[in-house]
Amino acid sequence: MAWETVIGLEVHAQLSTQSKIFSGSSIAYGAEPNTQANLVDLGMPGVLPVLNRKAVEMAIRLGLAIDATIAPRSIFARKNYFYPDLPKGYQISQFELPVVAQGHLDITLEKGESKRIGITRAHLEEDAGKSLHEDFDGQSGIDLNRAGTPLLEIVSEPDMRSAKEAVAYLKKLHALVRYLGVCDGNMQEGSFRCDANVSVRRPGEPFGTRAELKNLNSFRFIERAINYEVERQIELLESGGRVVQETRLYDPDRDETRSMRGKEDANDYRYFPDPDLLPLEFDQAYVDALAENLPELPDDKKNRLMSDVGLSAYDASILVSDKAVADYFEAVAAGRDGKQAANWVINNLLGKLNETGQDIEETPVSPDQLGGIIDLIKKGDISGTIAKELFEIVWNEGGDPAAIVEERGMKQVTDTGAIEAAVDEVIAANPDKAEQAREKPNMAGWFVGQVMKATGGKANPQSVQQLVRQKLGIE
Amino acid sequence: MPQADSITSLSLRNLQQGIQGGRFSVMDVTEAYLARIDRHDGTLNTFITVTQEAARAGAVETDNRIRRGELSGALAGVPYALKDLFCTEGVLTSCASKMLADFIAPYDAHVTEKLKAAGGVLLGKNNMDEYAMGSSNENSHFGPVRNPWNTDCVPGGSSGGGAAAVAARLTPFALGTDTGGSIRQPASFCGITGIKPTYGRISRYGMVAFASSLDQCGPMAVSAEDCAVVLGAVAGFDARDSTCANRPVPDYVAGLGQSLEGLKIGLPQEFFSTGLDSEVAAAIDGAVKAYERLGAVVKSVSLPNSRLAIPVYYVVAMAECSSNLSRFDGVRFGHRCENPQDLRDLYERSRWEGFGDEVKRRIMIGTYALSAGYYDAYYLKAQQVRRLIQQDFVEAFKAVDVIMGPACPSTAFELGAKTDDPVAMYLEDIYTVPLNLAGLPGMSFPIGFSAAGRPIGMQLIGHYFDEARMLNVAHQYQQHTDWHTRVPVQFA
Repeated sequence: MAWETVIGLEVHAQLSTQSKIFSGSSIAYGAEPNTQANLVDLGMPGVLPVLNRKAVEMAIRLGLAIDATIAPRSIFARKNYFYPDLPKGYQISQFELPVVAQGHLDITLEKGESKRIGITRAHLEEDAGKSLHEDFDGQSGIDLNRAGTPLLEIVSEPDMRSAKEAVAYLKKLHALVRYLGVCDGNMQEGSFRCDANVSVRRPGEPFGTRAELKNLNSFRFIERAINYEVERQIELLESGGRVVQETRLYDPDRDETRSMRGKEDANDYRYFPDPDLLPLEFDQAYVDALAENLPELPDDKKNRLMSDVGLSAYDASILVSDKAVADYFEAVAAGRDGKQAANWVINNLLGKLNETGQDIEETPVSPDQLGGIIDLIKKGDISGTIAKELFEIVWNEGGDPAAIVEERGMKQVTDTGAIEAAVDEVIAANPDKAEQAREKPNMAGWFVGQVMKATGGKANPQSVQQLVRQKLGIE
Repeated sequence: MPQADSITSLSLRNLQQGIQGGRFSVMDVTEAYLARIDRHDGTLNTFITVTQEAARAGAVETDNRIRRGELSGALAGVPYALKDLFCTEGVLTSCASKMLADFIAPYDAHVTEKLKAAGGVLLGKNNMDEYAMGSSNENSHFGPVRNPWNTDCVPGGSSGGGAAAVAARLTPFALGTDTGGSIRQPASFCGITGIKPTYGRISRYGMVAFASSLDQCGPMAVSAEDCAVVLGAVAGFDARDSTCANRPVPDYVAGLGQSLEGLKIGLPQEFFSTGLDSEVAAAIDGAVKAYERLGAVVKSVSLPNSRLAIPVYYVVAMAECSSNLSRFDGVRFGHRCENPQDLRDLYERSRWEGFGDEVKRRIMIGTYALSAGYYDAYYLKAQQVRRLIQQDFVEAFKAVDVIMGPACPSTAFELGAKTDDPVAMYLEDIYTVPLNLAGLPGMSFPIGFSAAGRPIGMQLIGHYFDEARMLNVAHQYQQHTDWHTRVPVQFA
């Protein structure tokens, strides 16, 4: 009998606030160690946390976007454990009564059908600092810049049944937090981190024992780590072994997971309500106001692109999968033909970005520039072929597309006189071929090619075709 | 120039008038107190740090500012002392612990800022029980404090240094903290006036935490009037403490002239049962009669759940302290053991060496109470009973304006009398902890002496944010009695 994979995910999304969740320090990434750690972040004796209102607002916005319950009353708790990068000896988190509970996300499976993934809860907490084990001559360094950075931990139900589903859910969630502007989604910098709880079972049986996978910092690694772990567990069970509950670290270099700590090493976190922070209470008007100001979400945008612009489900889903792509597309499509804009964005821009391995944020061609190219096609100034050439020029050199076309004489020649002269010239230079062509009209194509070449591709191909046949007397 | 000892017998109001009227300078006042500290603190050990240089420099500057008319106000030029758990920038803030024996605070607590801004002159930092844990001031890395009324006796704790310093007139006032009675019990033992305001009345920012949901700062001084002056200066909203109340601060001094005609006083029957020293009971009885003569009406009230306050308090306070004291790990500040072998060794030895026995005992009890499998039975249950205790008070205050009773079961005891019996020591707080659990304000002020010459204090309990009424009630009594103005002969 086959094995069924069961996956639940815990995502830590770093909230895009200016300052930390309980102090006024900046959370900007990449500063010199310990330059963004004030008295509160250092856990100095006597300091107290003060909650960042923006962080709470962002948590509620996410909750609203996943159709969750926003808790009317929510409390912060202390999670107690000792570690040098945890200055207070406890992390302020939420345990009972998280801000957000019972939401869901719908993902699209490979064959196009939709599946609903439950989201158990999303709670606010502070990040820890970083321990630096290199360069300190046998000692460890601590950088507390990250300590106190606001995180939203989003915990799914164990509803996913394959690594692909897990990745689809993560991509959906990733897109959502970026749409909402609550997280920049940067996985390399750790702004969007994921732990996966993975187990296997025979269909219909109770859940098997799970392993928690850590260090999954790209969609590719997540898929590979889960697949590796599933195989490991199946092999173990089929050879008569038992899966033990433990935390396992994914090693991308060796593409395997390794045991990090067992259940017996797990801390007793001694959670209790943090007496330094008052309970949060939200009135409905506050929540309603946040709901009203939510941006258009990916699913709604997709539906609108299909119904209003007439895009296919496939094209629409590509465009909405990333807020930056969607924004780019909408900027290009504004006042232009949506389908044409979609084709250019998907086939040319995204194709090229894929080829160069760049993100949409790094695109050298701005929406204005791409829009300019499309406008030139529409005006008949350039052909589709020239447009592709122009796109390459703009990509490599930048500049205003219209000016480039003008300066480099790339404008399509529609002046019949000029084309006629070129046709006459080619025919005069090739009397033998002209003779042959009158017998075999297929030869006309050769003349068209010569004329196009002579005009640098700028002549309108249809006019050339017509004139060549006319001059050669082919009817 | 007046004699030093006449300056140190002045009320804050008279001190202030003398300074503003040019009868003596801030420097005169400062020197008068420094001289007394110099003369007596070798015996009493009320200060961990005396900041005489900074105090003299501050006095010069303050005199200049007052002369230029830049500074006036009730505390301009008035010396004071702080319990050694209020952070003071550039000054040792030790919490009377080996753990912080070298900790120079890098910032000022909210109350430190307030008193600086008011023009007060810091004389030094008072001795205390380590991390405010204790009822006798014997748990100090810097040695015990002695009671000025009998130097064989303890001054009470944990704000014992401040209480003894005020009693011996080594400072006009001190700020203490009260988590389960740490202002009121030493005030009672030392024959001074102390008030623990409503939880949230004064910002806790910069006050090293013992139990966050119970800790509250408050003034200790000779009289209710002096406490009113100080409370007015340090109370009020501070955005850096989320539990600090955002509500206006009344003019406590202006409220001191009210008649007590018709004042309804509640006497909780549970506070007068077994365990209360008969001399204390008799003194309370006498004070209550004095109030009746001032027009007050006495009623019996009941606080049935207050008998559970001690066990509840010692679960809640220890649970919170076990977490609050985790930051003292030898990593960023405080004591670090020699040559740690690894991280675990660093933590274990730094904390083992840095904390005293009582602190370790409380961390262990608190850790236990929060552990998986025990949380519901201890911490959760304690919080439920805490609400019942609070409801008892709310119910009682429907019928009365203030509640009166003993601050402590007995008068000051001899050093060492209870050090081997932690539970006996914990029972010292039996009348004081219910208020902390409820968040209510409480005072202790002197109402007499035992036959052995030890002060007796009365506890006055008010409704939430009703400090103005409480101060007036105590003040009216002090208008008709002189217990509060008496000074121990040895320190007169």
